[in-house]
Amino acid sequence: MVKVDGSGTSSLIQVRDLDKTYHRGGEEIDVLQGLNLDVNQGEFVAFMGPSGSGKTTLLNLLGGLDVPTRGSIRVSGDEITHMSAGKLTEWRSRHVGFIFQIYNLIPVLNAFQNVELPLLLTKLSKAERRDHVETVLSVVGLADRMKHFPRQLSGGQEQRVAIARAIVADPTFLLCDEPTGDLDRKSADEIMRLMEELVAKYHKTVLMVTHDPLVAARAQTTLHLEKGVLVEGRKIPQAIPAGGVE
Amino acid sequence: MRFGGLILANLFRKKIRLALTLGSFAVALFLFAFLGVVRDAFNRGADVAGADRLVTINRTSIINPIPLSYRDKILRIPGIKCITHNNWFGGVYKDEKNFFPQFVIDPENQRQVFPEFSVPDDQWNTFLKDREGAVVGARTMERFHWKIGDRIPIKTTLYGGGSWEFNLDGVYHGKQAQDDETQFWFQWDYFEERIPDRLKGNIGWYVLRVENPDESPRIAKAIDQEFANSPYETKTETESAFAAGWVKQFGNIQFLIVSIGSVVFFTLLLVTGNTMAISVRERTAELAVLKAIGFSDRSILFFILGESLAIALVGGLLGLLLATLAIPVLANALNGMLPNLILSPKLLAFGLFTALVVGIASGILPGIGAMRMRVVNALRRV
Repeated sequence: MVKVDGSGTSSLIQVRDLDKTYHRGGEEIDVLQGLNLDVNQGEFVAFMGPSGSGKTTLLNLLGGLDVPTRGSIRVSGDEITHMSAGKLTEWRSRHVGFIFQIYNLIPVLNAFQNVELPLLLTKLSKAERRDHVETVLSVVGLADRMKHFPRQLSGGQEQRVAIARAIVADPTFLLCDEPTGDLDRKSADEIMRLMEELVAKYHKTVLMVTHDPLVAARAQTTLHLEKGVLVEGRKIPQAIPAGGVE
Repeated sequence: MRFGGLILANLFRKKIRLALTLGSFAVALFLFAFLGVVRDAFNRGADVAGADRLVTINRTSIINPIPLSYRDKILRIPGIKCITHNNWFGGVYKDEKNFFPQFVIDPENQRQVFPEFSVPDDQWNTFLKDREGAVVGARTMERFHWKIGDRIPIKTTLYGGGSWEFNLDGVYHGKQAQDDETQFWFQWDYFEERIPDRLKGNIGWYVLRVENPDESPRIAKAIDQEFANSPYETKTETESAFAAGWVKQFGNIQFLIVSIGSVVFFTLLLVTGNTMAISVRERTAELAVLKAIGFSDRSILFFILGESLAIALVGGLLGLLLATLAIPVLANALNGMLPNLILSPKLLAFGLFTALVVGIASGILPGIGAMRMRVVNALRRV
């Protein structure tokens, strides 16, 4: 059960008293202030909030892409806020799968090669890498598009390749920054079904930033960022209506 | 796919740009190789000069003569093994463009002093007996399609001018590839007979071999002291110093070639550096994603340096291959105006090394920039 009051004890992701302050032109901007969060294995959490509320900043901190001003982040017992840049990079490769709004696939690599990228950092053999990549591309429904380059795929297919890339190394959790923000309704619906499947069937832990309440409603829990702290939102039980999301 | 595959895929991202950058390297390396062989050709005299040979010229200038009578006086100085003398003839065969060096030689001592040039004994004996005889280097022989027994007319504006005719009695070969096979030798007696009286009895320079090269400074000093305060003071130096001085008559070739070569490589560095910077800037988001998914800063630098080095290696090899094919053709086109243009393995290796240095230098700054790039900033820019 997701908690935002700092009372969790054995959660997978444990954030305590997290502050993030930016300095711009001599001015201090407090983006996150004393933020607490506990997320357990297999939970699907959506973060909402107005632009500039710090959603992406929180995601970056959880993913070890940025360092907080104060506070701590523990993932599977590892305190990441004091890790060196090199250690954080290595930690990310093992624990975090990133899914971005604009997919960010490498255009000169085909779907198979894009998905294979995180595995190049492992000691898996070529045959093992091939097995892993083929498996995840089947999971995302693109087994027949392995040799296609990003320019030969639709937006939805590109995002599915990006999801396959994010899960291929079996990370501890997935961080999704507006994963449907660049997609039409139908494609967005397909992506959200896939995310739900990853959580329900494969017990993946997913943390997702979105502006869209209907997309957020597909998560088990929606949290709102207001004035630098998280506020628990209500669960929106209904599924996305036929025709997708707005 | 491993890291090499990723580097390769990125190289072929913009094929026209890749072709142009490879072309820049190829052209630069071709120029480098060509300038290098020209420089080597000019310097070869100094490089292949016998360590035990000294050259005595007129102290004023090499174009001023010295008396033949000095020969015996020089030979009296201890430590000299043998001596010969030469004159520069400065003629042309039929036409101005048919230039090659002609030397008046002292046939009795030529082969003792210059053992690196070999002439078959029968040809040499014919030459010795033939007052109007001549021996020519194999390259010049081949260039003009001469054969033994031909009558060769050489026009000169020196020594009273006119056309001199020679019987081609022999051909000499160098023992090493870099030996000059373009010279034309003829007899001192014939020369002395035909030149105006006021010029008789003078030679251009002496070449002598010493018993022990370590004694060369002492012998050179002794020769010059012998003729100090005479109307024809001498300057004696090692053959390599003499050859270097000869080259200087053409201007500072070394400086000119090194300057042009440096400008070529500096321009290449700017072109490829700019190309790599653009290439990296275009891929900011992709590199940020690679870093996000766990590629280290070092591996990002490795990718970029790998690309710039691959371009340098392939472009450099192309240029050097082109040079290897083209330089013999150019050497022929130059009609023997320069000694042998030889593309040595040393020059090829140095060219490739320089190309790789330019490759690293052009990739290092964009690579360090990409290495230091913060993922969050890079992704925010997208």
